[in-house]
Amino acid sequence: MSSTKPEVTKSIVPIGPFHPLQEEPELFRLHVDGETVVDVDVDIGWNHRGIEKLAEDRTWDQVTFLVERICGICSNSHPLAYVQAVEDCAGGVEVPERALYIRTFVAELERLHSHLLWVGLAGHFLGYNTVFMWGWKYREPVLDIFEELTGNRNHYAMMKPGGVRRDFDESLFPSVHKRLDEVWKQLELIAGAVTDDPVLHARLKGIGVFSKEDAVRYGALGPTSRASGIPADIRHEDPYAAYDRLDWKVITTQNGDVYDKAILRVLESFESIKILRQCMDNMPKGEIDAKMKEVPPGEGIGHAEAPRGETFHYVRSDGTNSPIRHKVRAPTFMNLPTCKATVVGESITDATIILAAIDPCYCCTERLAVVDADSKKALMTGKDLVRLSQEKTSRVRKELGL
Amino acid sequence: MSSEQVIDRLKNALGDKLKGTFAQTALRIYAEADPADIVEVTRVIHNDLGARFVIASGMEMETDFEVLYHFAFENMPPPCPLVTVRVHLDHEKPLVDSITSGVPAAAWIEREMHELLGIEFKNHPNMKPLLLAEDWPKDVHPLRRGRPWEGKVDRKI
Repeated sequence: MSSTKPEVTKSIVPIGPFHPLQEEPELFRLHVDGETVVDVDVDIGWNHRGIEKLAEDRTWDQVTFLVERICGICSNSHPLAYVQAVEDCAGGVEVPERALYIRTFVAELERLHSHLLWVGLAGHFLGYNTVFMWGWKYREPVLDIFEELTGNRNHYAMMKPGGVRRDFDESLFPSVHKRLDEVWKQLELIAGAVTDDPVLHARLKGIGVFSKEDAVRYGALGPTSRASGIPADIRHEDPYAAYDRLDWKVITTQNGDVYDKAILRVLESFESIKILRQCMDNMPKGEIDAKMKEVPPGEGIGHAEAPRGETFHYVRSDGTNSPIRHKVRAPTFMNLPTCKATVVGESITDATIILAAIDPCYCCTERLAVVDADSKKALMTGKDLVRLSQEKTSRVRKELGL
Repeated sequence: MSSEQVIDRLKNALGDKLKGTFAQTALRIYAEADPADIVEVTRVIHNDLGARFVIASGMEMETDFEVLYHFAFENMPPPCPLVTVRVHLDHEKPLVDSITSGVPAAAWIEREMHELLGIEFKNHPNMKPLLLAEDWPKDVHPLRRGRPWEGKVDRKI
């Protein structure tokens, strides 16, 4: 009987640690009682590459390329935060205006492609494979813009202490404008699909609520805290690049549930396109590099708003040609522990979308398995759990008479 | 809000517990604290002054260890300064109190510094390995100077 042996009903659901779609491998152990998640353990470190130690063996210039490899999705935010840390260490370098606009452009285009990718994945988890196709299809023209202007679809290698490495070819701007108009139209379609669909409301509203108090306690960042009503955005607070010269808004939503996180990312994408258009229209002519010669002894901090929140870099110099210490903190380091506040108490059918809502590029569903706690026998595979989530959507759809 | 105003607020709240407070550049404030006071200092900055805990950076220097606690003062009109509080720890036996009682968000980074640098955090609620493998040798701390793992770690790990 469950009253004498309650552990019989409890199972552990391991999610992870490896999946090719994950930005970082991580392992969640969901302790479930029946259908309810009662506890969650997070285990990271499956892909610890010793980047901070490696940086001590590289020159200041080489480290830019090293930190670009930390992440394939936000491969601009790390170099951007790093070069700002180096410039801070050198006592505030006067970076040319044109370079600041190019930095802003690359950073926003990255946010746009990252948010589109997330929208697609969230759609897949919920059984909205059309949204998945839309999200990823309209991410393609964004990557094409990257290729045209920087030469690469990912790992753009544009940042450099003191400026940027390559100039933009302005004759391409009209075609970039055209592509962005197209993406804007499709974003409106996606926004309509999210706001008008009663099934999505039923499925996402009030799910995985992350309160404002918890956001402060956990030090949550980016969309994860902005969806809980905290207007924190490094682009606004510590204006870097050209953000303080452009007209844009910090988007916040109030409820902290998965719906608010989704709609926040869609709205932020519109702001990103606005910023991109202004960058092209107002880009000043001139130099793109302050030609920094050396980094004096001292220390510097740089941070930038990545698509997932603040990326933080600290560098320490002894006057030689490489850092003696380089600390990197990615936003997911602060956002991952928040799953304790959001997943516990929720149903297992909602666990995948709640864990995905912080956008840790977490999509290791194929690796997911439900294991009986006593016998260690697998009860469900990852596919089953995505199926559970998708079935719930169709059930909700039927209940609503759609 | 300017750096001067933030420095004033820090001085009013913490008095002589913060030493050598100065603004290095417009939005980067550095200060030092005694390791014995760090729990109180970080609690006041986080809870009373409402700053967001950004992260902590630990490092091994020639004669000591340093831990830097970074805070962002976001609850004010921008631009918002970053405040860094530094403590110096003994090189032989780096030990400091865990700040998790006042700043729960520091739990992960203290675990990270514990395994990568070998800094001990007194009263940490859950000091298990965060990044390294569970069978990684306990006395090998990869972020220490030089190549501390050489000769101590089986390459098959």
